[in-house]
Amino acid sequence: MSSITLNINGESHSLENVPEDMPLLWVIRDLVGLTGTKYGCGIAQCGACTVHLDGVAIRSCSTPVTATEGKEITTIEGLSADGSHPVQQAWMEKDVPQCGYCQTGQIMSAVSLLKQNPNPTVEDINVGMAGNICRCGTYNRIRDAILLAAEKGGEA
Amino acid sequence: MKRISQNLIARVDRRDFLKTTSVGASGLILGLHISCSRTVEEVVREPKFFFKPNVYLNINDLGDVTIVAHRSEMGTGIRTSLPTVIADELEADWGRVKLVQAFGDEDTYGDQNTDGSYSIRMFYMPLRRAGASARMMLEQAAANQWGVDVSECQAKNHEVIHSTSDKRLSYGELAEAASQLEVPKEEDVKLKDSKDFKLIGKGTSIYDLPEIVNGKAVFGIDANLPGAKVAVVARCPVAGGSVQDFNDEKARQVPGVLEVFKLDSPGFPTEFNPLGGVVVVAEHTWAAIKGREALEITWDYGVNATYNTDQYMAEMAERSVKTGTIRRDEGNIKGDLRAASEVLEATYRLPHICHTTMEPPNALAEVKDGKCRVWAPTQHPQWARESVAAALGLDPADVEVNVTLLGGGFGRKSKPDFVVEAALISKQIGAPAKVIWTREDDIHHDYFHACSIQHVKVGLSADNKVTAWNHHSVFPSIGGTSSNEVVEPQTFELGLGLIDFPYDIPSICMESHEAKARTRIGWLRSVCNIQHAFAIGSMLDEIAYARSIDPVENLLELLGPDREIRFDEKMVEFFNYNEPIEDFPASTARMRGVIETAARESGWGKPLPAGQGMGICSHRSFLTYVACVVKVQVDGNKISIPELHYAVDCGQVVNEDRVKAQFEGGAVYALSGALKSAISFKDGQVVESNFHNYLLARMPDAPGKIEVHLVPSTEKPTGVGEPPVPPVAPALCNAIFAATGQRIRELPIKLV
Repeated sequence: MSSITLNINGESHSLENVPEDMPLLWVIRDLVGLTGTKYGCGIAQCGACTVHLDGVAIRSCSTPVTATEGKEITTIEGLSADGSHPVQQAWMEKDVPQCGYCQTGQIMSAVSLLKQNPNPTVEDINVGMAGNICRCGTYNRIRDAILLAAEKGGEA
Repeated sequence: MKRISQNLIARVDRRDFLKTTSVGASGLILGLHISCSRTVEEVVREPKFFFKPNVYLNINDLGDVTIVAHRSEMGTGIRTSLPTVIADELEADWGRVKLVQAFGDEDTYGDQNTDGSYSIRMFYMPLRRAGASARMMLEQAAANQWGVDVSECQAKNHEVIHSTSDKRLSYGELAEAASQLEVPKEEDVKLKDSKDFKLIGKGTSIYDLPEIVNGKAVFGIDANLPGAKVAVVARCPVAGGSVQDFNDEKARQVPGVLEVFKLDSPGFPTEFNPLGGVVVVAEHTWAAIKGREALEITWDYGVNATYNTDQYMAEMAERSVKTGTIRRDEGNIKGDLRAASEVLEATYRLPHICHTTMEPPNALAEVKDGKCRVWAPTQHPQWARESVAAALGLDPADVEVNVTLLGGGFGRKSKPDFVVEAALISKQIGAPAKVIWTREDDIHHDYFHACSIQHVKVGLSADNKVTAWNHHSVFPSIGGTSSNEVVEPQTFELGLGLIDFPYDIPSICMESHEAKARTRIGWLRSVCNIQHAFAIGSMLDEIAYARSIDPVENLLELLGPDREIRFDEKMVEFFNYNEPIEDFPASTARMRGVIETAARESGWGKPLPAGQGMGICSHRSFLTYVACVVKVQVDGNKISIPELHYAVDCGQVVNEDRVKAQFEGGAVYALSGALKSAISFKDGQVVESNFHNYLLARMPDAPGKIEVHLVPSTEKPTGVGEPPVPPVAPALCNAIFAATGQRIRELPIKLV
């Protein structure tokens, strides 16, 4: 158990009595109270828990919280204040979500992908997004939304 | 738990606010609560009056229209689509409509079991009338105010306009006067002409879209209450087993763990009760999980400890070639098979699969002062309410079930077991309890889709006609989850794609066989249509090749002349999705329509490069007609799907974009089963545990493009949640045969 300070979405959070092995996911959800980041598998297989660590997508369910101290953590809530990020906008324009549960993780992965590769091919998107499962099966619209965001400069 | 969800508290407060401040004469606002996902910031207006013509809508003096979504949102868009039906008839401006999600309460809202693809089918007309009657009252109120005949008054886009002058009154201005009028009788309600629809048949975006993409949408797992504790449960790995003994010493030493206790097991059959086990309650989810890992439990595995799926499948296959229980019998099956110049015979094998909603089962409950409040991602809030009441010994009136958004449902979340777990745990600890199923829990303890064997024998005559179809269907029944006496498929299960076989073949014999459930069997998106469509869709293709006829031509010929089939007259027991067959007949003309559309739109019959092939399957399920054409590319043992085409006849379309979305997603759901997923049991326990070994379709597996061609129709609307699934796997396997000559009769597909 230790006291830790996390930088989440530009805000500093000091937390007491946090188990060292506690995954970032549960810290974000249960201790900080940001619930946009989802639990899906707990073993980095589905991507529902995706957040950014210093701008790069990571699976928060399998990242011990102690490994994130001193780094910038960005969750879906910090991507934009009002859903105005170009990737979020593309998601709305293409009506991507069905149940919506995995979509915050999908969006965080897509933003990271576009940051590394602003003009991805369909094959790049397939490979880059293969770690995120959508059980509703919205993959075709996710592809379209990423291509649209890329076209509009989605790495912003 | 350190932090409370502000959204939730705000919602609860506002619900109380509505209850105390806006209960008008009728009190109809009671039972509503604030939307699944809207946050509190947006409404600060304080209306003084509510016009409440029925339980599904109200209009306040400021002109805000509130519509009740009474079905559960799990991704179909129903929470949006049904309210648009009301709003359209009401002539409401959709931008001024707010949705609230109904509590589970059958007396008030009617059926709320969001399952079986029947929300639109059941509520399309009642909700049109609900909107239209309110619109008529607003028009009458305006006519009275102006002293003119109501025929001169027309509601349009949130106001009533006088046709011979410029006079207009807004809905807000009319609300109070309209509330003084009598609600029109059902027979007097004038519905819109379909050409005047503004929302029905169009593509309204889902109401919760903004909150979903910005992370503020509230799913069950996000609900919270002050002082809530998190619980996980160690359940017996074998269905129906129980705790013999346990040692919680180490578990209690895990920081954050608060309590550990045993929950009784129901034995087998489990019915829809919680499975029992050892409960670990903690300050947060991680502590609960770690606490559970530290438990030492000795299990009594119970009656299913010898369940092995390899052996079970082999036994079903043995039975499938013997004489079974005849469920439909026409012509002379034995004679026609004997007389056949060629008999095709094949066995189709499908494994158990599980629902794996991305949001695993979970629920939040607070038992306090003889009452229970629940927040849960439930497809069936009324069943959850009754089950919680029964488990706690409460009157259902003292149980309030709030429906959150569901992170997927697929039939799993209609079962009330996980909701009852939360209620029992809350009662035990005297605090709000949130039970969370890990992914391993979800995969180990699902209500599994039945594994199945289908054995089909088909007779071909010397003149190349199909003369006989003898089909043996073997799988453990859903009924076995509730009763030891149900050991063979039930009529409703065979009505899902087998005994409603629509092809015009002289001799047809459908038989079922015994298969006792050895785990919890449940209904999963399209249910038994999965195995029946797979066998029938595959064998029809085998027939086409045996006859050297194009598969599309073969289907159209076997369908026979256009007709409506009276299945109810062909057999003693039939199932037509709980609808009278007069209202929803089985039309071979509509089936023909989707087959022809799918063939045309997919470019069926055009030459393809080596390694590519096309396959077709058509299947009516949940009263909706679907044909699917898959174009496959096979490179070695690698399968990819450049194109997938659907043609769909679901009657009047309510939300075109969401219908298409259901088909796009349904194709991918089906591809998981076709390409990847299988649950196996060894010694009563599920072998697979998480997404590394229970595999699902990922983006690279999705078709390059999915096209959904809707057949224009003004027939009664039918559902689209489940019908996308059944035809995909057979169409894909047929395409693989076309591409490679390999006939696939077992899922998931393994190429050799």
